[in-house]
Amino acid sequence: MDFLRLPKKDLITFAVFSVVVLTMPIWLQPFGAAYPGLMQKFVIFAILAVGFNILFGLTGYLSFGHAAFLGVGSYTAVWSFKLLTMDAIPALIFAVVMGGVFALAIGYVSLRRSGIYFSILTLAFAQMSYNLAYSVLTPITNGETALQLARTDPRIIDGLFGEAGAGLPSPSLLGANLNGFEAFYLCAVVLLVSFFIAQKIFVSPFGMMLRAIKSNQTRMSYTGFNTRPYALAAFVISGMYAGLAGGLLAITDPLAGAERMQWTASGEIVLMTILGGVGTMIGPVIGAWLIKYLENIFSAFNEGTLHRVFSFLPDGVEEWVVLIASKFVGEGWHLTLGLVFMLVVIFLPGGIMEGVRRLRAAFPSGSSARRNRRNELNPSAAE
Amino acid sequence: MNMRENVVLHVADVHKNFGGLHALADIDLAVEEGKTHAIIGPNGAGKSTLLNVIIGRIPPTSGAVVFDGEVLTGKKPHEINQLGVSRVFQTPEIFPELSVLHNVMTPAFAKRDGAFRINMTRPLDGEAAIREEAEAMLEDVGLAERIGEHAGALSRGDKRRLELAMCLIQKPRLLLLDEPTAGMSRHDTNTTIELLKKIKSRGMTKVIIEHDMHVVFSLADTISVLAGGRIISEGLPDAVRGDPRVQEAYLGGAH
Repeated sequence: MDFLRLPKKDLITFAVFSVVVLTMPIWLQPFGAAYPGLMQKFVIFAILAVGFNILFGLTGYLSFGHAAFLGVGSYTAVWSFKLLTMDAIPALIFAVVMGGVFALAIGYVSLRRSGIYFSILTLAFAQMSYNLAYSVLTPITNGETALQLARTDPRIIDGLFGEAGAGLPSPSLLGANLNGFEAFYLCAVVLLVSFFIAQKIFVSPFGMMLRAIKSNQTRMSYTGFNTRPYALAAFVISGMYAGLAGGLLAITDPLAGAERMQWTASGEIVLMTILGGVGTMIGPVIGAWLIKYLENIFSAFNEGTLHRVFSFLPDGVEEWVVLIASKFVGEGWHLTLGLVFMLVVIFLPGGIMEGVRRLRAAFPSGSSARRNRRNELNPSAAE
Repeated sequence: MNMRENVVLHVADVHKNFGGLHALADIDLAVEEGKTHAIIGPNGAGKSTLLNVIIGRIPPTSGAVVFDGEVLTGKKPHEINQLGVSRVFQTPEIFPELSVLHNVMTPAFAKRDGAFRINMTRPLDGEAAIREEAEAMLEDVGLAERIGEHAGALSRGDKRRLELAMCLIQKPRLLLLDEPTAGMSRHDTNTTIELLKKIKSRGMTKVIIEHDMHVVFSLADTISVLAGGRIISEGLPDAVRGDPRVQEAYLGGAH
């Protein structure tokens, strides 16, 4: 079964990662983050970051427009709820397909250029999508009010099986309701599948081709590879991941607004990936979790909380400290994010994962020290 | 010279103008299968332009390049490679961020799977055949010890060996070498010559551009001398060496 095969090291990573994701409701409790709404975000944005990393981490093409595919995924899923059924499966399939179709179109044009020009092109396309969603496409996107469910929606497939109940229906999975934890576990399973597929890409010949494109595109074409379709394939795959994430967002909250496609949202995806560690499997996930966690903490702070935190300071000083700190919380939490991002990029250009590597190098653990000793004795085992 | 039977590479009446400058004029070249043909000439003679025209990097103003019945002119680099043409660059073009082993495995995939194939079901470490082939190739060029290192960390001479390995693993029918010893120490030059001599027996056709006469006369079967964008002399090494026009181009020119 080649399809399920992974090198042992990656299988261990996958096993540990699965345990970490599935036990989130337990280990997030001490952080006060173990409620479904936040955990759903953790998992969904992890999918987004993992997919983005397939493009940016492997090929080096930095897309500044991935939020567009996220938005497309959400709109598609909500339309699937409105027209067909409240079941999650068709919604997700359509979201992935539409994310891929949009990525194919935008990628086909944008990949004619590389480097900064590619980034600008993707940014321009994403902003166009955002503006279209607000203006011309209002019949599809419902503009500023955001696309929502209504009692009068046709829901053709659901209609075949019975009368609609009173009130708005909510998303379901094969008849089971998807509330809170159920929705979280659905998203978690989808994340694990997505993570596994990304791992497969990373260790496959296809992944090596993508890395080679990043490393030296001239050599790649003189080696007999048509590089454009490779980069386009990576772009479409990562667009499908973004569409999937958008679909899941719509499942946890059946509402799709254009602000999901704004450039700040695209920028956030880039931040997550860089903060965690571009090109690593785990890094982008950690980046996504950290940003969503910090956002949750800092944006909830207000002056009242700050006064309580700094109440140990003398009165005059406290006023000043609170005044300054208040600029970094609540609405201004992006300022904190910017600072964290700057510090990471300046001191740890490889992101948090580079920090982990450096720590490991500085304090070799018992097992790796033992391994080194063994290798000295028996060089043939050194591979 | 054009009438010979087993000519595999044919450069027919190629002209190249850059603006008003005639970089190449009336270039006719025929290389026989299995032979090593050297293109020599003083700096600015148009050697690199000619090689770039052959490999499809620069379109000629007029004329055509035919390899084994296929017109190369107008084809993309990857299409030309898929026809069995590999190229060694003046500055080694490798994948610095990949391991030495992966550098050599990548071209083997291009040979096996073609210009584009999404191959993601079987992990790399399950591709035993290609891996073994790559390891044998690295053994051949003397890089077996460096297999796991990042290619970017290799010395200039080792990068050249690696690039050669990357070309050779594709078993090209035509190998183009652009000043393979440029910028190398005497020692690296000698080991590279040894390596090129070693692969000579493999029967591929080679076109080599070189200004180092030592390299040329130890490798070439036939030689064309380029000066001012024209071929001023061609033939067997000894004949070319004795040709007064060649002496003049080299000694009477800018030197």
